[in-house]
Amino acid sequence: VNPENLRYTRSHEWIRIEGGTGTIGITEHAQKELGEIVYLELPEVGRVYGAEDEFGTVESVKAVSELFVPVSGEVIEVNQRAVAEPGIVNDDPFGDGWLIKVKVSSDGDAEKLLSAEQYTAYLKEEEKHA
Amino acid sequence: MPSPDSAAPKRTPLFDLHRELGAKMVEFGGWEMPVQYSGILEEHKAVRERVGVFDVSHMGEFEIAGSGATAYLQRLTPNDVGKLAEGHAHYSAFLTERGTFVDDLLVYRRGADDYMLVVNAGNTPKDFAWASSRVEGGVSVANKTDEVALLSVQGPRAGDLLNRAAAEPVTDLKYYSFRMARVFGEPALVSRTGYTGEDGFEIYLQPAAAPKVMRRLLEEGRGLGILPCGLGARDTLRLEAKMALYGNDIDETVTPWEADLGWVVKMQKGDFVGRDALARQKEAGVPRKLVGFEMIDRGIARHGYPAQTAHGAGIITSGTHSPTLGKPIGLALLPTAASAVGAEFEVDIRGRLAAARVVPTPFYKRPKEAPA
Repeated sequence: VNPENLRYTRSHEWIRIEGGTGTIGITEHAQKELGEIVYLELPEVGRVYGAEDEFGTVESVKAVSELFVPVSGEVIEVNQRAVAEPGIVNDDPFGDGWLIKVKVSSDGDAEKLLSAEQYTAYLKEEEKHA
Repeated sequence: MPSPDSAAPKRTPLFDLHRELGAKMVEFGGWEMPVQYSGILEEHKAVRERVGVFDVSHMGEFEIAGSGATAYLQRLTPNDVGKLAEGHAHYSAFLTERGTFVDDLLVYRRGADDYMLVVNAGNTPKDFAWASSRVEGGVSVANKTDEVALLSVQGPRAGDLLNRAAAEPVTDLKYYSFRMARVFGEPALVSRTGYTGEDGFEIYLQPAAAPKVMRRLLEEGRGLGILPCGLGARDTLRLEAKMALYGNDIDETVTPWEADLGWVVKMQKGDFVGRDALARQKEAGVPRKLVGFEMIDRGIARHGYPAQTAHGAGIITSGTHSPTLGKPIGLALLPTAASAVGAEFEVDIRGRLAAARVVPTPFYKRPKEAPA
């Protein structure tokens, strides 16, 4: 269920890096845990973040959850459709429900991220401790 | 809310059924309860438009009986039990000597000197100690929480479902009245009450009968579009109806005057616990008021977020996304001078100041006639 071509964080974000641009979203697991998403707070284009900085929040009816950038970089695009209709993050977290795109500033950051296989194993481990 | 001790949370008789129905379970008030099944928005909509069923067996039930029961409750609660007819219930409270809420509760008058009190789950041990320590001659107080299951059937189609479920007529019941009836053959107390702002019924019954009755309600209600509903939808529904939630909007620091629940307090009925303090506060002026608000800026203001007004600090007591209105709403305790409808204030949303405005409440009022 977690696409092979993405990299993952332990805080349940994903990133797809293509030609220096990283597209970032939250995982299927994250959207399921949150429940129906009703509100997204996302940054302005031009904001610069270090890896693991908080870049926004996602809120369901019940809960608020912080969003963290997997790699350092500058925000070059924000998914305004997701801001207007947050439900698409539930419906298609790995596709139309992406959140921001960043110009990736350091290739090194991505090395520390989890592969699909590692992330899936991490979820299994988390479930055991729940 | 974590339970006061580290003991494992209690389970209602419907725990296995919740699991079977795919509920997401959370701890609330010392109980392991369903927070949602299909989704909060969907469940909320089912109750506003059709019918939903909630397990609220975590609520506490006390039996108060004996020749002194009426006098005892007159002393212990601020509403006028003397005016409560048999077969009727009313909203009331336990108050501290400071006039603040120990708890909010329902009083059911089953007989001349026979009452049932329904209290909040998380407060049940505290309330039972409170009530027991104030017992007078000729009164017995018993905690029946573990002997009572409670199902709440809410929504414009709730009456249609109860007509099929109950052997005796119950849809002639007036709001806040009740009678004994058999529901799918099981003896129950059925009251026309709820915590959603919709028409609805609450069914008090034996724990052993609860799984069968909930299953049958879901089966019989299928054609009406019934959904099992969790605490998540219960919270959004009650907030739209501006019904207070203990631990959020009211607690031992808040008086009924402040909470806009002055109608519960009958100062003329005679003495009761908290009366002197309430008389003093009314005389001196009520310093803050619980009001409804909407956001002007983007964001959801949630419980505990600080508020800043032109007349001093306030606090958000409840806040969520309103499924019916499709926008953020909430309740706040604001300085009285800043509490008028239309007054604007700021909420500190995790470090960002967002503008909000006091609005009339309730946020949602059900149509007078259920649509045909």
